[in-house]
Amino acid sequence: MGELVQLASFGLTEGEVLSALGRVKVRDVDYADLYFESCVSESVSMEESLVKRATKSVSQGVGVRATAGEKTGFAYSDELTKKDLELAADTARYIANSPSGAMAVPAPVRQRPTRDLYPVERVQVEVATADRVALLNAIDAEARRYDPRIKNVMASFNTEYKVVVVATSDGTLIGDVQPLSRLQVTCIAEENGQRQSGSFGGGGRVGFEFYREGDQYLRYAREAAREAILNLSAVDAPAGVMPVVLGGGWPGILLHEAIGHGLEADFNRKKTSAFSNLLGKRVASDVCTIVDDGTLPGRRGSLNMDDEGTPTGRTTLIENGILRGYITDKLNARLMGIPVTGNGRRESYQSVVLPRMTNTFMLAGTSDPEEIIRSVDRGLYAVSFGGGQVDITNGKFVFSASEAYLIEGGKVTRPVKGATLIGSGPEILTKVSMVGHDLKLDEGIGTCGKDGQSVPVGVGLPTIRIDEITVGGTQR
Amino acid sequence: MNQQLQQRESYSQLALDLLAKAKRSGATEADIIIADGETFSVQVRLGAVDRLTKAREKHLGLRVFVGKRSASTSTSDFSADSLNQLVNETCTLAKAVVEDPVSGLPAADQMAGARPELDLFDPTRLSTEQQIDLAKRVEAAAMSTDERVTNSEGGDFDSSSGRVVLGNSHGFLGEYQSSSFSMAASPVATDPATGAMQRDSWYDVQRKFSKLATPEAVGLEAARRTVRKLGARKVATQRVPVVFDAEMAGSLMGNLCGAVSGYALYKGASFLAGQLGQPLAPDYVTVYDDGRVVGGLGSRPFDGEGLPTRKTTVVERGVLKSYLLDTYSGRKLGMASTGNASRSVGENPSVGPTNFYLAPGTKTAQEIIKTVQQGLYVTDLIGFGINMVTGDYSRGASGFWIEGGELAYPVEEITIAGNLKEMFAGIEMVGSDLVFRGRIASPTVKICEMTVAGS
Repeated sequence: MGELVQLASFGLTEGEVLSALGRVKVRDVDYADLYFESCVSESVSMEESLVKRATKSVSQGVGVRATAGEKTGFAYSDELTKKDLELAADTARYIANSPSGAMAVPAPVRQRPTRDLYPVERVQVEVATADRVALLNAIDAEARRYDPRIKNVMASFNTEYKVVVVATSDGTLIGDVQPLSRLQVTCIAEENGQRQSGSFGGGGRVGFEFYREGDQYLRYAREAAREAILNLSAVDAPAGVMPVVLGGGWPGILLHEAIGHGLEADFNRKKTSAFSNLLGKRVASDVCTIVDDGTLPGRRGSLNMDDEGTPTGRTTLIENGILRGYITDKLNARLMGIPVTGNGRRESYQSVVLPRMTNTFMLAGTSDPEEIIRSVDRGLYAVSFGGGQVDITNGKFVFSASEAYLIEGGKVTRPVKGATLIGSGPEILTKVSMVGHDLKLDEGIGTCGKDGQSVPVGVGLPTIRIDEITVGGTQR
Repeated sequence: MNQQLQQRESYSQLALDLLAKAKRSGATEADIIIADGETFSVQVRLGAVDRLTKAREKHLGLRVFVGKRSASTSTSDFSADSLNQLVNETCTLAKAVVEDPVSGLPAADQMAGARPELDLFDPTRLSTEQQIDLAKRVEAAAMSTDERVTNSEGGDFDSSSGRVVLGNSHGFLGEYQSSSFSMAASPVATDPATGAMQRDSWYDVQRKFSKLATPEAVGLEAARRTVRKLGARKVATQRVPVVFDAEMAGSLMGNLCGAVSGYALYKGASFLAGQLGQPLAPDYVTVYDDGRVVGGLGSRPFDGEGLPTRKTTVVERGVLKSYLLDTYSGRKLGMASTGNASRSVGENPSVGPTNFYLAPGTKTAQEIIKTVQQGLYVTDLIGFGINMVTGDYSRGASGFWIEGGELAYPVEEITIAGNLKEMFAGIEMVGSDLVFRGRIASPTVKICEMTVAGS
């Protein structure tokens, strides 16, 4: 965050921005905004013990948007001259069918986000390439030291430094500086001609120090190596309906896929979500309370403000099993007559705002995690996952385990190969019978895709027991 | 037109200037890619415009080599100051990484020479109103055919055109223009008995506007695919034959394409590592990657490094004949590039398909379904449950249960699982219905047996 408004860094004056805003906000336009963004991303990567790739990308542009009723007009430009702004403004307001001619917009109140979740002075993203190279080399050595069966280590360190300014027709001029970084490690293990892989990583709106504190980066290396070695001895996964215990942290991707997307306001306004009309109804067992919270310091899904300049917040989605709220942006909140929750997000100035999740997690319960595992006679214990996906309309969702074990007679026994779990969003949480007291947030690697747009998100979960879900292995 | 020509010449000149500047800043070799384009996109929902987007964009990517060290950068800011800084930063960055013995441009004598006419560009310019009208028509067609279609995620029409200029320090300078037009409908149907909803979609995409299917045809197909899913149920866990419809069989070709990518292979991250020359599938399975299909969605005259594109036989009568390679991954494997360098501005080249497809057989989809007594016809897959290192495969599926050679009822909330190697070996039939709606395509495919997990 820091500066009040960084308009100068885009070579523009407040007067020019206001004039463009006035040009979009013609009579029949309900709301208009300009989103200025400049982004520098850097990446260094290593494989075969060589740090041999380095890339850097610089992008800058403006997205101009007008909404009228349910309609959105949108244009973007990577040129920021007065003429380009005017051209974009004329395109965006096309949907309003209003006579052209500028309207006065209220003089904006220059604001600064009320929170500072990733203070610039602490979140140092600019690091000498040599330091990043040294970090990756140490990761390679650590993973290979873990076990001689580790044959290749691939690691990458990515940083992004984004400066945004949002000017809105409802009178806000606000800016934010949004750093983001991620360290990712993948190991390939080989034994008797058989190969397996394991991955681990972490990050957030954090600086380079985050990875060095307590030798986090070495832990990532060991975890990736451990998963690869473990999978060498994994047996085929079971197939069919069975109880599943999910470990804490990243398995919270369950919430993201099963209910999070289904509670995004756009699908519910259009009544194309399996959750449409379920507000106030039971969609989970009473041990489940789930929130979306964009205000956690330094987390990957956190933001001081969303991409419409609204402060982020904490929204209760499900309270003791009852559906309480949707995730909204300004357009959908206005059309549905419900509160703006600060979840209007976009991948870049080239994309439109959509209601999106931030950090989505289940609050801790009261059960002892060990007791949860002991309660299962035959089932699956899944602690790490790859990606997931959902069909919003019929509510069916999947997520794929990358580290899982059989539970036999209340004990965790053999590791099993990855398998996809499939369930129905509005039903699955009604089958959660135990929630652990061990809430954990993920390490900070999540990216969510919607309508072709990727945004960073977080998830979290305590250990939970799902009484039944279909496990897509091959063994009956 | 005149202005376009000027711009084209100025981008070529810009490429030459920056290559010269890179040399002066210490680069021993360099290449540069400049891409610009226009996009238009409209989504109509329930008969009214929901979202309209219009933009022009441009991007420039620079890759330099300082001896055997290399770095890549990109920017959308073409001002002289910014570009000067970019060149300097790229050279500095390259000096910070280690030497990589196989890095470097392709050999100078390998660069693409005479360019084939691939007919990738259609100058048709549609007005905003015309495009809105097409989006309205595709949605209206989807909504009008069956009263169980009650809602819509929208009708879409998109058009784009762009140009790529690629140059390198060997003196190669090439450019081409391309365009695309696409249309889609995503209706929602409601089961009158239960109130349960289903959504599906259908689309077409072509380089030439005149080749695009009519909005009515696309809309009707979208409605047909949506309504037929109503009443879907789970089935019991069992092992059965699985028929992949052409779209989903295309996803299997996508998996194969990933597994034959040179990068996955040299890292040991593909289940096909070391399998060249080995049988992969029965002898009626032949797979091509053809960068020279006239008007093809994956066609281009030269690849992301300026090497000529070509037709590569990836699988010939069941035998794995070729990997897909760019210069770097080829050198790592001791092989020549297959002209498959794919280059997104700002990234290092990677390997990508051009037009990658399974050659069609002779049976219709219906004839293939007829051969199945009890089994699954897959029309939708979700999730990412594929381990490319081992080939282990487990994905969420929906489609139809086959009984006695007929589609009996729709199914959902099931998974299909197996191993890609066994699945390719187990291809029992290949359909005749190959249609390109993207870079990767396949006809209907029947796989002899997979595990279906359900209730």
